[in-house]
Amino acid sequence: MAILGAINPVLMAGLDGDNSWQLKDYVARGGYEMLKKILAENIPQEQVIAEVKASVLRGRGGAGFPTGLKWSFMPRSFPGDKYVVCNTDEGEPGTFKDRDLIRYNPHAVIEGMAIAAYAMGATRGYNYIHGEVWEMYKRFEAALDEARAAGFIGQNILGSGFSFELFAHHGYGAYICGEETALLESIEGKKGQPRFKPPFPASFGLYGKPTTINNTETFASIPFILKMGGESFLNLGKPNNGGTKLFSVSGHVNRPGNYEIPMGTPFSELLQMCGGMRGGRKLKAVIPGGSSSPVLPGDVMMDCTMDYDSISKAGSMLGSGAVIVMDESTCMVKSLERLSFFYYEESCGQCTPCREGTNWLYKVVHRIENGLGRPDDLDLLSSVTTNIMGRTICALGDAASMPVQSFIKHFRDEFAHHIEHKTCLVPKDVQWAGSGFHKVAS
Amino acid sequence: MFTAETLQKFDREVAKYPADQKQSAVMACLALAQEEKGWLPAEAIEAVAHYLGMPPMAAMEVATFYNMYDLKPVGKYKLTVCTNLPCALSGGYHAAEYLKQKLGIEMGETTPDGRFTLREGECMGACGDAPVMLVNNRSMCSFMLPEQIDKLLEELK
Amino acid sequence: MLEIEIDGKKAQVPDGSTVMDAAQQMGVYIPHFCYHKKLSIAANCRMCLVQVEKAPKPLPACATPVTNGMKVFTHSDLAVQAQKGVMEFLLINHPLDCPICDQGGECQLQDMSVGYGGMKSRYQEEKRVVFHKDVGPLISMEEMSRCIHCTRCVRFGQEVAGIMELGMANRNMHSEITTFVGRSVDSELSGNMIDLCPVGALTSKPFRYTARSWELQRRRSVSPHDSLGANLIVQVKHDQVMRVLPKENEAVNECWISDKERFAYQALNSDQRLTKPMVKQGGEWREVPWNVALDYVAHGLKDISREFGGDALAALAAPSSTLEELYLLQKLMQGLGCGNVDHRPRQQDFTSDGKRVGTPWLGMRLAELNNLDAALVVGSFLRKDHPLIAQRLRQAVRKGGAALSLIDLSADDQLVPLHARLTVAPSQLAQTLAAVVKAAAQQKGVELPAGLENVQVCEQAKAMAQSLIEGEKKAVFLGNAAQQSAAATQLHALGLQLAQITGATFGFLGEAANSVGAQLAWALPTGANARQMFEQPRQGYVLMGVEPEFDCANPQQALAALAQAKMVVLFSAFKHEPALAYADVLLPMAPFTETSGTFVNTEGRIQSFAGVVRPAGDARPAWKILRVLGNVLDLEGFGYNTSEEVRDQVLGGASEFATGLDNGLNGVTLQLPQAGQGMERIADVPIHFADPMARRAPALQRTRDAAAPAARMAAATLAQLGLQAGDLVRVRQGQGGAELAAALDEGVPAGCVRVAAAHASTAALGEMFGAISVERA
Repeated sequence: MAILGAINPVLMAGLDGDNSWQLKDYVARGGYEMLKKILAENIPQEQVIAEVKASVLRGRGGAGFPTGLKWSFMPRSFPGDKYVVCNTDEGEPGTFKDRDLIRYNPHAVIEGMAIAAYAMGATRGYNYIHGEVWEMYKRFEAALDEARAAGFIGQNILGSGFSFELFAHHGYGAYICGEETALLESIEGKKGQPRFKPPFPASFGLYGKPTTINNTETFASIPFILKMGGESFLNLGKPNNGGTKLFSVSGHVNRPGNYEIPMGTPFSELLQMCGGMRGGRKLKAVIPGGSSSPVLPGDVMMDCTMDYDSISKAGSMLGSGAVIVMDESTCMVKSLERLSFFYYEESCGQCTPCREGTNWLYKVVHRIENGLGRPDDLDLLSSVTTNIMGRTICALGDAASMPVQSFIKHFRDEFAHHIEHKTCLVPKDVQWAGSGFHKVAS
Repeated sequence: MFTAETLQKFDREVAKYPADQKQSAVMACLALAQEEKGWLPAEAIEAVAHYLGMPPMAAMEVATFYNMYDLKPVGKYKLTVCTNLPCALSGGYHAAEYLKQKLGIEMGETTPDGRFTLREGECMGACGDAPVMLVNNRSMCSFMLPEQIDKLLEELK
Repeated sequence: MLEIEIDGKKAQVPDGSTVMDAAQQMGVYIPHFCYHKKLSIAANCRMCLVQVEKAPKPLPACATPVTNGMKVFTHSDLAVQAQKGVMEFLLINHPLDCPICDQGGECQLQDMSVGYGGMKSRYQEEKRVVFHKDVGPLISMEEMSRCIHCTRCVRFGQEVAGIMELGMANRNMHSEITTFVGRSVDSELSGNMIDLCPVGALTSKPFRYTARSWELQRRRSVSPHDSLGANLIVQVKHDQVMRVLPKENEAVNECWISDKERFAYQALNSDQRLTKPMVKQGGEWREVPWNVALDYVAHGLKDISREFGGDALAALAAPSSTLEELYLLQKLMQGLGCGNVDHRPRQQDFTSDGKRVGTPWLGMRLAELNNLDAALVVGSFLRKDHPLIAQRLRQAVRKGGAALSLIDLSADDQLVPLHARLTVAPSQLAQTLAAVVKAAAQQKGVELPAGLENVQVCEQAKAMAQSLIEGEKKAVFLGNAAQQSAAATQLHALGLQLAQITGATFGFLGEAANSVGAQLAWALPTGANARQMFEQPRQGYVLMGVEPEFDCANPQQALAALAQAKMVVLFSAFKHEPALAYADVLLPMAPFTETSGTFVNTEGRIQSFAGVVRPAGDARPAWKILRVLGNVLDLEGFGYNTSEEVRDQVLGGASEFATGLDNGLNGVTLQLPQAGQGMERIADVPIHFADPMARRAPALQRTRDAAAPAARMAAATLAQLGLQAGDLVRVRQGQGGAELAAALDEGVPAGCVRVAAAHASTAALGEMFGAISVERA
């Protein structure tokens, strides 16, 4: 099955999970119709962008920036090469939706990119795919071959005079390349170190040329938005939070996986779709938008709906829609330790506050977890995060800091207990019970 | 340095980029070089750099930045286990522990028979399938409970 | 123009300025480490975070463009908190080893930690340890734990030196600056990275632990090592030169110097210094007092002049001698009735003497090089002959998109993208330049200069001509090898033709520190020139600062002439073996650090300097030695009290730039030389063999640039001779030969063998660009 559950699915509609990635299946589902129509009718670029704007599609990669607006920043009349780049470098802990999109519906991404290229006057594109999902990279390359052979990408597409060359570029193990300018550096064959902005990619992007970068899900939504009309898409969700969205649910639920639901669906409903909590344990906490978003206590989360505004109001971020569910057997100190290690490991090392700060954060949390915490450690952590946030080249510094701040804010007792008693508040025999694996290890 | 087949693959990668941007193919070429050699000796990195007309140090920066490149020899099978939080919640830590016990090595080590190398990985973007592990950077194995791990190790023997 | 307000002060700044630019223009200091005005912006250290009105977060001044009406606060709470936070991060993994750090006292991190650092570290974890690296004899990377990852060194390599030898490997806090697995840093500009490093991570290997910065006195000087005339800070302790650094002069060396200029000072303190006058009597060398030596010299020269006439004498000076030395030398010789004076030991073709309109020079100011749209350099080992001119041309290409073309003798990597290139045998230089002239004439539709009817025009020549026609600011330069070539005058005439047709400027990349000054000082023959004075051996020679076995176009011939002379007087800062054989008197002269004097660089800039230390032992400034000699000889006009008096007499009123600079040529007809026959020698003058100081600087001699010469040939040439790389070969010119290893170098034109000059192993050979034979040894 391509998807474990859905309400009014758009991206994953009609996917049986068997051959749905092939061109003939996509075409049978009505694929490439919009590209054909746009090219055949020579629909003005502005009109395409206006439709995307009307859908209030917000970037699905995490930042939630309105896609139509982003497209309008592109200097369409700039002579020479312009690029559209798809960000499938999905490596934020908790996020695994783009992998399934490429796995089951790669042609939607290709069609979306081709339409985007048309709307912005771009002639070349790359899809940057996370190196670890190598099989998806290969699958996308195969889909490109199909699309090229069928004339949906390449020179003079469908005889329209519009040309768009599209290629896949794989990553090879660096979370930071999900940051759009690091991704561009990486395509250029360099270390994935983010660029400072301004200039923004729309004016100085890949190879110094105007470039628009969108998330996989964002591009995949485009053909459907144009087909159903921007407003209909918007109405699937709620105002300012258009459409349906893929949510990747991981952690202590019975059926972890991807779910496509309209924006604004209550979290409780999503949890139910996932079969509820594993082993019937109590919900303790949820990280609602990927590991970078602040953690929320379970009860707060149960009152939220799954959209940008609701989650933001609760003090976190919808991010990429990666919902990490933790039950009462979870030690929050150990959980934070692992997340902090991730940011320490994945810091590109370029700018001082992130390079040094993520290392400092991890080492202090590690000490606390290992019974070497000191009374002033929590204040120290808070001060270090303050010194990182807002002072780095890219958002990784903030991403590393927010978990630390929110874990301490909501679960301060547990941290204090670790520091004071050198042990965990969650009894040893209960710890990680939710993993469904703990008996083996002991 | 490389087989004709590998060089052909290099060219296929180079062709993806504008003619004056051959360096863009460095990640792919290093990956192909590693595929051929099993790991990335400095000579291979330099050969790739020369092939693409870029400074060897620039290629070295790339090879040392991305963590799927192996700058030291690894076992015949490199098993990378994700232990990040979402995976850990569904048994990632335990899968790693189980593998360590089974193979009798620590993370980063290679079995004495040169068969297996164990690595702790970062997020592979497959948290829903936890525990997950990657074999030789290529094949992703999902839901790796003890039974599946045993089966996999048996297959790779 | 944009209006900006920084800390309440208002100013107008040009469009495109950053906040850092504006602050510097206004004299407001914003702390920084990674920012450097000559390098691309990295914005990675985050030390320059400032508050900008309406921005929620502090912004890096180095990377934030000024917008009209912007208000910036560099000392607000937000800014200072951010700066202090960054400083704390920079220090947590930085070793607190300032007392034993070579950078201590001149460390930006140390200085700034006083202003922004805490009294006590909150970081209680283990500090990062970074392994040391050996990157060669010049740069020490012993304590890389001190590195703060500003990447200035990396960017310098990529952007200024043109070669990325250092990079930042790994990621996160394990990032570290390194070379490609254990390699050395070989750029001829590498030492500048030491200056750029804001901490004690990259330090000077030769200088390490020899002095503290606060013990050093800083004295200004001018580089004697090439024709650019880099401005120097010579640092002195106890009357000894301890270190040489660039003195910033945007118009000349910007803020750079070459490694030769930085490290050659080691020779000044070497035990090879000549510190007492010495006279050879009955085959025995004796140290003698100055008056004895000068009497001896005066009598010897006067006797020869009286007995055989002034023409039996000759004087040859190094073109890196000072204006004053050169002037007094020629004056002394004229006083002895001798017009055989020259300063061009490497030149072979003197047919332009008497036909030049003025003093040959660059033809433009150095700073104009950066703005060229097109340039053609003929006959130059560009990077190694002129490291900083090459750097300026590199910037012209990198930043301005200039079309740089080369006609050269070996296709060495110049570390800059080239528009076109023709690498040819020495005998083909003129033909090749003629082809460009012809192509230019054809493209412009102007009449073909006479003598070029049979020249073949190739595509590369057409491309060169086209770039010179299309560009607005363009130039044609002759390099050292062109000036040393047997066809130097023809190349000069062709260059002028090409410039005239295309509207380019024609100029010379001067060979040495005072190539222009020597002409102004009349250190030019009225009799025999540098070649003739050895071709037709003389009875007496006066040599100043030259080592003929290394410095002459044909050392074989020079040494033979010296061997038969009755008297050879050598002014030298160093005592060296070959001279003990051919010289009769050694007069210890002061090197540039121990004398006052003047160099006129290749753009005609007059740069006077004072001595920075007392002369070693009994060494004396050569201008004073010559003055006393003049007095001893009772010659007119040697009553100078200061070197300035000499200078003013030579230059008249000129102060900043010399007058009379003109590359014009009269009465030379084009007559292209015939193609050479047989194997031709290509002799470069390797950068660290090029002058007596560099030859004796131990650290420079350990660099890759100072590797012993090999017989370098293209594969086809090797095959033709039945040789393989690594074979020992015997190369012969005339009576002399050398045994060298054959080496493969595809950059050497077919039918040529590249054998470097200026090295002991090749000193027995003949002409730099003459016929040569190669056979298995």
